[in-house]
Amino acid sequence: MIRFHEVGLSYGDGGGGRAGLVLRDISFAVAAGGFRWLLGPSGAGKTSLLRLLTLAARPSRGEAVVLGCPIHAASRRDLAALRRQIGVVFQDFRLLGHLSVFDNVALPLRLAGRPEGQISADVTEMLRWVGLAGHLAALPPTLSGGEQQRVAIARAVIGRPSLILADEPTGNLDEAQAERLMQLLGELNRLGTSVIVATHQTALVARYPAPALRLDQGRLVGDG
Amino acid sequence: MVKARARLLRPAGFDELGLKRAFAPRLLPLLVAAVALLAALTLAGMLAAAGLARHWRDGAGASLTVQVPEPEAPAASGAGSRAEAVLALLRADPAIAAARRLGDAELEALLRPWLGAAPRALGLAVPAVITLRRAAGAPPVAEEALALRLARPAPGTLVEAAGPWFARLAALARSLQALAAFALLIVGAIAALVIAIATRASLAARREALEIVHGLGASDSYIANRFAARALWLAAVGGGLGTLAALPALALLARLAAPFAALMAPGAGAGVVGGGASAAGGIVPAAALWLVALPLSAAVIGWLTAQVTVRRWLRRLP
Ligand SMILES: Nc1ncnc2c1ncn2[C@@H]1O[C@H](COP(=O)(O)OP(=O)(O)O)[C@@H](O)[C@H]1O
Ligand SMILES: [Mg+2]
Repeated sequence: MIRFHEVGLSYGDGGGGRAGLVLRDISFAVAAGGFRWLLGPSGAGKTSLLRLLTLAARPSRGEAVVLGCPIHAASRRDLAALRRQIGVVFQDFRLLGHLSVFDNVALPLRLAGRPEGQISADVTEMLRWVGLAGHLAALPPTLSGGEQQRVAIARAVIGRPSLILADEPTGNLDEAQAERLMQLLGELNRLGTSVIVATHQTALVARYPAPALRLDQGRLVGDG
Repeated sequence: MVKARARLLRPAGFDELGLKRAFAPRLLPLLVAAVALLAALTLAGMLAAAGLARHWRDGAGASLTVQVPEPEAPAASGAGSRAEAVLALLRADPAIAAARRLGDAELEALLRPWLGAAPRALGLAVPAVITLRRAAGAPPVAEEALALRLARPAPGTLVEAAGPWFARLAALARSLQALAAFALLIVGAIAALVIAIATRASLAARREALEIVHGLGASDSYIANRFAARALWLAAVGGGLGTLAALPALALLARLAAPFAALMAPGAGAGVVGGGASAAGGIVPAAALWLVALPLSAAVIGWLTAQVTVRRWLRRLP
């Protein structure tokens, strides 16, 4: 359900030669319901690879299939529909500061065209699950970093995505919060969601052993 | 919690892009209003020109004047006076819709600029003046042939066409109309430009929110529709304000135009064509219709411009 074949990515005008590639010759596959760590030192290209998987960029070369859709060739409309099946937790959360916690989490459902009547129960339940039942009307900037992270997670999973991607999700969390987040992602994975988590924190990986994609200087140096 | 519930009950006001603040340029409706005001005035000029052109073509352009010297002398053929014989011939002609002999008072009014006092008091022989109107759809009256026919009962009768002179005026009115239509196009383009600039400014201001919402799977049309709905509303309000502001000026124009139009009518109110007042009067309902169309056009321009601007801007995102 994810299949990369000799994928390359360059920033800028995209026409750059091989030297301009921040990712090169990336080939791997992840089956539906799989879990992968995405590892590598800072600057290795983890965020760049996640940008491809979240459809924030198209490959400059090669072929990339995400959830069965060839993203190197898909139409803009198809990409938008595909994004609605992917949940993303960004390191910097990317919440909408002018919307309440409730509206932030409800946003994916509204974008998916879910009727208003079927939204509020799900959103309230999801926010209870991440321990924010008392903050429905709060604006994200008034929350702590850990609370904002949980809003971001709730927003990522509310639409029951087939794929969840997280970029350094524990970077802003203390140990207990990081623990709780990993349990949550593990639970979703057991329920059948594919999960890919990028991190450079080896201690975290040691506590949750799982197959890993290893990047170094834009190349895939390990898979499994 | 209570606040949250209130929110849940008002999803219609859901503003994920924050456009209520970022796309609320106070200047935009005012600029659109100014543009709409210009459009309304241009439109009024165009309609007035159109009305006068039509009036000159159908009324004045279609009219003829017949002069019968010694009108009260017996006709050379047929019964009655020369004037009566000519009138009878004209009225029998199917190509002529109306023929009317000017009364003494009208004649005196016509001649006063040249003769000053009442002509009869000067002992002048005044001809009978008959105005004609061509029947709608009938071919142009052949003046010479008509003159020949009328000369049989009343030799010396003259037929004079107002056509060529008024045709020239009608052509002038038509070019005025074309100019006004061109000006309207430009005014519409300015409105589109103003809206495009405001839209781009708010796109730039909400760049981060747009990227987030785009990343969550909002389609181009979803995002463009949010902006377009707002642009439509802002432009409609501006268009309405501008049209309202134009109303006093238009009313004044209509008032000033009415006597002018009457003066331009053939025979200075001879009445055959119904006078110029009706030409001016005919403009008013048409203008009212066009004025209602102005805010609607502004709304359409706003909607279209925002759609195009937003969709082009979104191309920078994958
Ligand atoms: N927007 C960008 N424009 C140009 N180069 C970039 C951009 N983002 C990242 N890079 C470069 O791509 C390489 C990989 O970066 P990144 O994917 O962020 O690595 P990681 O997430 O593993 O730290 C780095 O050399 C970085 O400088
Ligand atoms: Mg990174």
